[in-house]
Amino acid sequence: MEAGVVVKVSGPLVVARDLPDPKMYDLVKVGKDRLMGEIIELRGNRASIQVYEETAGLGPGDEVISTGEPLSVELGPGLLTSIYDGVQRPLDVIRARYGNYVTRGVEEPGLSRERKWPFQPAVKVGDEVVAGDVLGTVQETTVILHKVMLPAGVEGKVSHIGEGDFNVEDTVAVVETSGGEVPVTMMQRWPVRRPRLYREKMAPSEPLVTGQRIVDTLFPISMGGTACVPGPFGSGKTVLQHAIAKWANAQIVVFVGCGERGNEMTDVLLEFPELTDPYSGEPLMLRTVLIANTSNMPVAAREASVYTGITIAEYYRDMGYHVALQADSTSRWAEALREISGRLEEMPGEEGYPAYLGTRLAAFYERAGRVICLGREGRVGSVSAIGSVSPPGGDLSEPVTQATLRVVKVFWGLEDRLAFARHFPAINWLNSYSLYQEKVEEYWNQEVDEAYAELRAEAMGILQREAELQEVVRLIGIEALSDQERLVMETAKSLREDFLQQNAFDDADAFTSLMKQYRLLRLIVTYHRLANRELEKGRPIEELIDLPVQEEIARAKFIPEEEMERFDRLEEKVAEQLAGEASQVNA
Amino acid sequence: MLKEYLTVREIVGPLILLEGVEGAKYNELVEVEFPDGSVGLGNVLEVEEDLVLLQSFEATSGLNIARTKVRFTGRGLELPVSRDILGRVFDGLGRPIDNGPRIIPDERLDINGNPINPFARDFPTDFIQTGISAIDGLNPLVRGQKLPIFSGAGLPHSRLAAQIARQAGVLGMEEEFAVVFAAMGITFEEAEFFVQEFRSTAALERAVLFINLADDPAIERIATPRMALTAAEYLAFELDMHVLVILIDMTYYCEALREISAARKEVPGRRGYPGYLYTDLATIYERAGRIKDAKGSITQIPVLSMPDDDKTHPIPDLTGYITEGQIILSRDLHRRGIYPPIDVLPSLSRLKEKGIGVGKTREDHSPLSNQLFSAYARGKEAKELAVILGEAALSDEDKLFVQFSDTFEDRFIRQGEYEDRSIDETLAIGWELLRILPRAELKRVKEEHIRKYMEGADQA
Repeated sequence: MEAGVVVKVSGPLVVARDLPDPKMYDLVKVGKDRLMGEIIELRGNRASIQVYEETAGLGPGDEVISTGEPLSVELGPGLLTSIYDGVQRPLDVIRARYGNYVTRGVEEPGLSRERKWPFQPAVKVGDEVVAGDVLGTVQETTVILHKVMLPAGVEGKVSHIGEGDFNVEDTVAVVETSGGEVPVTMMQRWPVRRPRLYREKMAPSEPLVTGQRIVDTLFPISMGGTACVPGPFGSGKTVLQHAIAKWANAQIVVFVGCGERGNEMTDVLLEFPELTDPYSGEPLMLRTVLIANTSNMPVAAREASVYTGITIAEYYRDMGYHVALQADSTSRWAEALREISGRLEEMPGEEGYPAYLGTRLAAFYERAGRVICLGREGRVGSVSAIGSVSPPGGDLSEPVTQATLRVVKVFWGLEDRLAFARHFPAINWLNSYSLYQEKVEEYWNQEVDEAYAELRAEAMGILQREAELQEVVRLIGIEALSDQERLVMETAKSLREDFLQQNAFDDADAFTSLMKQYRLLRLIVTYHRLANRELEKGRPIEELIDLPVQEEIARAKFIPEEEMERFDRLEEKVAEQLAGEASQVNA
Repeated sequence: MLKEYLTVREIVGPLILLEGVEGAKYNELVEVEFPDGSVGLGNVLEVEEDLVLLQSFEATSGLNIARTKVRFTGRGLELPVSRDILGRVFDGLGRPIDNGPRIIPDERLDINGNPINPFARDFPTDFIQTGISAIDGLNPLVRGQKLPIFSGAGLPHSRLAAQIARQAGVLGMEEEFAVVFAAMGITFEEAEFFVQEFRSTAALERAVLFINLADDPAIERIATPRMALTAAEYLAFELDMHVLVILIDMTYYCEALREISAARKEVPGRRGYPGYLYTDLATIYERAGRIKDAKGSITQIPVLSMPDDDKTHPIPDLTGYITEGQIILSRDLHRRGIYPPIDVLPSLSRLKEKGIGVGKTREDHSPLSNQLFSAYARGKEAKELAVILGEAALSDEDKLFVQFSDTFEDRFIRQGEYEDRSIDETLAIGWELLRILPRAELKRVKEEHIRKYMEGADQA
């Protein structure tokens, strides 16, 4: 065993000397408890190590052992439904073995060695295979078929293929390569800081449907896209992230709770097995991997957690699945970077963050995307990355938000002002944006209705006009507005309350399909168009507002998905009541 | 025999640098013997080869380089615990100061604790009735929650915290209950208020008090909340009690942390607070909650005073990012003589939806509270408008909302310091206030609830 010696301990940072052949980002074990750590700096014979566990009790003279390998995750069947800490230790297994607290020096493999999986071969002896080719499949959960792929760098002829029950370390196939026989197991290891390989990256096209109206209709994200959710505390970042994790049409969800509340992870853990996926009808947990490194867990493991998460996401992408990776919150990850950087006594950039903050964030988000996977099949998979940002004091000019905005394509800006008025999701519709809008509109044209994009533009116009008019009202009062302008105010209010507001805790309202979003929006805009026409005929605004049908519009969001025809009737009613009033007047 | 060192090289503020040390461990507890023979405690902040950096919990006045002795204890800072800690008063480092007998410990617990495995947590769902409408009705407290009070200088946060401690209870349950109280840097008078309060309600025998006053050593405060939470964990998870922890005032705690950070010449984050303030606060606040299969629970009410009532100051800001909501006190309401001056709009309880509703409080609780929130927000908005444009500029509807928000502050928020309202009373007041508004504006409550609770009351 090759060992070095601890010379310095300062919080999560340990310096060791005389490690034999240390390499940057090698995994090491520190002290008699064998705490996990990673080499992050080399100077002469000294190596700086960030330790993933509490370092109390360590001191100079303690032993450091290098594993000679970078921090890696285990990839194979058994990931789904798991809950891991930031360095892929299974928290459920740890609890069963070590009790209610996460103690130090715990070593547990990420994938169970005991569990046997039924392996179905997909190739025959004699077949030529290349890296990424599917050798066989395992029904990992009732909804997800796990594809066992030939690892990167291997190519040759299948000389043996198994069938039946295996654990993740059993050889299921042997491939005859130019360099000799290579046994293949269902498990691969992959260093978390290295992006997994793919054949080709493509521009995103389809939307990731989240069931959240303001997201899907106003600021859509595409499959393989990137988005950020900045907002002050209490503005609903986590509720929005949870809602997307629950309802998005991704086939796999990887949720990274990065430096956030313990109870929030518990919430997900208790709730997801109970909730059904609107697409498959099965419990949501069956397509979910959770990574929980709560705020009080060691800070270095928090830094690693987002990489652990995205590597697992990429692995399922490589099988040809659409994966949503959600990180809540990337600010806590950046703070972990800052803390380690401070201990290394690096020259700080803005607000004490290291100068490489922007590069690290960009490199992380760049691992999202829609790709053609390795292998001859040409599978297409995607990773969409959605990160929350927690700007101090809600100030968006701070470094983490700014560095994030430079790389992500969608910005959902949460605001506490809206949250105080209990307008949820508290996304500001004026300053949020999506750069995927045009791509997504093509999809709407084909899948929903050709009028969708036009409706959206009109609704956005009304909302923007409202903001301008509000200025006027604030200065001079509502009387200063013309009838047309008052109608804009009336419709905008309806758009805000009856369309944008959505209650994540109400069963009927939590998820809205694209078709229903379209119908709901059309209903409100129809009211606006017809009322406008009446105004042009010279009727006063008073006759066109406070109609009984408006109360029905307000409740239209609760119309069940399967009763879409009720929107037809409502639209007729709108027309009747707007005109009906007129006929009374004429009479 | 403990190793003793006379090799102090530097003393800077609360920090002591020692050389020629063998076998020191990070975070180890040390005893510092002053030249006059008195002994204080400290712990190891950093070790490098034979150099050790210590922080002294005692003020360093009187120390000198030549005659200061440092002894390494080989363990971390610990709290001796047994059932007998109930009813006792300790200093900020867990030493009895009530002239009572020494604690004969069943166990000595490391005050830093270990993080609860997220998988072992159970979600807080038991509604705690505090008897205060602004909390119960709108921002309810749930057992296992951490809900801070954001206050400011001169606001009645102590009275509010005491009222919560006095009245809090879970509907329909009689269980073993304890209060752990940690004072950090508050004045003698404030601390005395709590001691008297516990005494007068005979709650003292169910309480454990840790007191670090304004004139006690500032660095000692860094240990105080951890002492309190260690005691709380012992009571909750070993003795199966439901523990309410009051930490007051977290602002002074953070300032002590800043003092250490500045003395170490660390790169500061915002306003001179260290970059790891978030992580540090999290290791305190996250020590609340419930554990599966455990009977007890820890509910935390940290109190902090916001410098200049500024919610974006790093202390309230980072606290808000960790805790499950916040109760914010308003100077405006206080000035107008409304007690408790809870500013309900920016206040929030994140666990609200899990703690209320059918089987916990009442089916109409959640929609009603949303309706009250949005109506009050609209009333306040209209009032601001009226300030600029005059009452006349308001529509008739807006006037009703203004009337609503005034009545709401007067009848719903305002209540007596000793008034203990049941949740039914609180909700009844809410429904009654909604009658002020046009029926069509009640968009957030369900028809059937309007009929049952608002109009049903008419027929009754």
